[in-house]
Amino acid sequence: MDAQTERDAGQVRVTIIGVGTAGATLAKALPQPEFAPARLALVNTDASVPGGPQPQLLLQTPPPHGLGTGGDPELGNQLAEERYDDLKAICANAEVVFLLAGLGGGAGSGITPVLARAAKASGALVLAFVTLPFVCEGNRRQVQAQQALADLNRECDAVVCLANQRVLPLLDERATVLEIFQTGGRLLIEAVQGAWRLLQRPGLVRLHFRDLRAVLRESHGESCFATVEASGPERAQQIIAKILTHPLLAEGQVFAEAGSVLVSMLGGPDLTMREVDELMRQLSERCVGVRLLMGAAIDAAWQDRLSVTVFVARTAKTDRQPAGTPGKVLDAPTQLTAELLQDTTNSRPESRLVPPPPVLTPEQRSAIITRHVGKSARVRRRADGPRMRQTTLPLDIVNKGRFDKSEPTIHKGEDLDLPTYVRRGIALN
Amino acid sequence: MFDSSSIIVGLEIGTSKVCAVVGELNEGAAPNIIGVGQAGSRGVRKGEIIDPRVVEEDVRHAIVEAEQMADVEIRSVYLGVSGGHIRGFNNRGMHPVVSADREITQEDVADVVKNAKAINLPQEHTVLHAIRQDFFVDGHKGVKSPVGMLGARLEVDVHVVHGHLNRLQNAIRVVRGIQLEVEEVVFNGLATSLAVLTPTQKTLGALVIDLGAGTTNYAVYYQGVIRHTGVLAVGGDHVTNDLAYGLKVPQGRAEQLKIDHGHAVMTAADEDQKIELKSGHGLPASHVNLSHLRRIMSLRLEEIFELIAQDLMQLDLFECLRAGVVLTGGGARIRGITQLAEQVLGLPVVVGNITGASSLKSSIDQPEFATGIGLAYFGSLKSRREAPRFSLLGGIKQVWGKLLPR
Repeated sequence: MDAQTERDAGQVRVTIIGVGTAGATLAKALPQPEFAPARLALVNTDASVPGGPQPQLLLQTPPPHGLGTGGDPELGNQLAEERYDDLKAICANAEVVFLLAGLGGGAGSGITPVLARAAKASGALVLAFVTLPFVCEGNRRQVQAQQALADLNRECDAVVCLANQRVLPLLDERATVLEIFQTGGRLLIEAVQGAWRLLQRPGLVRLHFRDLRAVLRESHGESCFATVEASGPERAQQIIAKILTHPLLAEGQVFAEAGSVLVSMLGGPDLTMREVDELMRQLSERCVGVRLLMGAAIDAAWQDRLSVTVFVARTAKTDRQPAGTPGKVLDAPTQLTAELLQDTTNSRPESRLVPPPPVLTPEQRSAIITRHVGKSARVRRRADGPRMRQTTLPLDIVNKGRFDKSEPTIHKGEDLDLPTYVRRGIALN
Repeated sequence: MFDSSSIIVGLEIGTSKVCAVVGELNEGAAPNIIGVGQAGSRGVRKGEIIDPRVVEEDVRHAIVEAEQMADVEIRSVYLGVSGGHIRGFNNRGMHPVVSADREITQEDVADVVKNAKAINLPQEHTVLHAIRQDFFVDGHKGVKSPVGMLGARLEVDVHVVHGHLNRLQNAIRVVRGIQLEVEEVVFNGLATSLAVLTPTQKTLGALVIDLGAGTTNYAVYYQGVIRHTGVLAVGGDHVTNDLAYGLKVPQGRAEQLKIDHGHAVMTAADEDQKIELKSGHGLPASHVNLSHLRRIMSLRLEEIFELIAQDLMQLDLFECLRAGVVLTGGGARIRGITQLAEQVLGLPVVVGNITGASSLKSSIDQPEFATGIGLAYFGSLKSRREAPRFSLLGGIKQVWGKLLPR
């Protein structure tokens, strides 16, 4: 590929690498020809997964060869360290590297952090798109995934993370396993597309990758995202409605406590300023005191259509780490499990009026939240939203007291049954 | 005993209390209030019934008390309803005048109002009230009564209040369960505004906010007609609940703290003051911080006013409110509430005096009774209505035929 001509077209050299079986599936599912300018590559340990036209780097496992890591990230890690130079070679000559992986297994969790480091060393910006396993996949995978996510947050410039468990409520109860996985994959690919469009389209209102990085950097793996599309004259209203009912955005409730929000629009030449204005006004009404970044790009192929990708970083002001220090990561997975499984009431502070700084790392918290959502995802999805937003109080227990069992009073994405001072994050001391 | 036909009873099944007001028709518009009965309400949350059996008992107590005080037998009531499901909006209906001489007849008026009510409601919803605002004849606005005028096209603006059918019927079923007839179902916000607003205020433009325990109802009048109504399913119970959560005290104690020490605005003097809680009823002695209590309260109340302000802002109704804001309901008793409302809404605010009843005893001129008295007032307007088209409430059509088979 001639790098010079790509530069002339105002494009960024992107290499997309699928790691592990899940990563390979995702990379192969990227819609062509939109992703044609990108260089695709696969890294895997399991020889039984058929490669495609993309170059595939097969990391040899100890005998019997080619059977994968058996879900052991240590092995994946070890193999990746051995072939560090090869990994670095894949990323050579790329300005941006997208990593696609499913965390929790051996290859995805073990190799991805090393690959991220290699890509960084070769001078690229690294953006990882990863999935977390379903709760039903078992404790071990969950712990491994959380560990890998913590590693990735350290190594990558930005991590977009989709907890598979959050896909479940999107589909009805009769959805097959295949459909669920496909939906999860599709959502992640939408995020990749969103980031891709951000990089590739000549923006009318330019949003640089650096903006995306700045948004996701602060989020400590609690970012969420959504891509929605609409067409026709009413598209701006449709988009707003879709965003505010999007299950991945907790039906719009994430905006209330977002740290920063990035909105990337892609429309046809007929995109009107009024539409852009309306969209941003509606969103900014819900994001009070939030850093809101906006980018818009125009593409002739998107005549009469509009696609909007929203990246939301939930930032808890109290637990923001000092710059440069990585998040506290527990060494042994067993210790992590022990803390996770600890009786939650024990760690409640003496007074809820004076919320102490949370003792959990964001990763642990997201693990707890994932478990939490898993238990009651279907029945009380609405009630879960605010609890998940409640980052200043550890363990997210906001008892609605008298209104616990009544229908929640939702007004513009806020549950009015929760005390106002809690929702506005006002400390009482 | 009074002639039963001259007795009008308003029944409000509220979140904190059930209140029955007995009025007697007289020469004037406003009825004489001759009896009030009330009972604590236990089966209502946020204005909606959650335990019909308990509510039935409470209603019976309130009715019996009212019967004893007024020395009458209550057979039928005007029932007030509220709840987060009730919505109000404005709609315009059109009707071509087809008669040869182009004179607008009573039938044309009935047709145009019918057209204005034909709207897309959410599923399961039914129209509670459709109140006429202004008529337009051939596009000329401001026509109060078009009958007898000439024109080709008649239009009307109506304010439609609608609610969820099943939830409304829950209340009706409870009342019928104790062998009472329901004359009509009335939205509480409308009834309250009837009780507290003077005709001058209605013309100048006024906002009535009924700060109840479970819901906050509000209504906007301008140029003598209702322009907007709304319900927030947030009220005094939420304040109590916030306090119980924030101060870590039981609900009952939080309620008492709210009444004894509550204030709607924070002052510098509150800082670091402690309130001693006496032990008793099996609760240990402790203390709470007064500034915490008032901050929690003021944030919640401020939010309620902000939500109303946002709603009115969207409809550009602030310009109309020249007579300011009138507060009623139990929440109007909170100290400093007018000050807070003035801060948030930027309008003069008063606590409402009941005007919709004559020969009032001072004991019932209290904000809590505004809705009950308003219901009785509504009933008196309704029952004395001879020439419907000249009455303010003439446009309120009874659509409860299907709900109340007789």
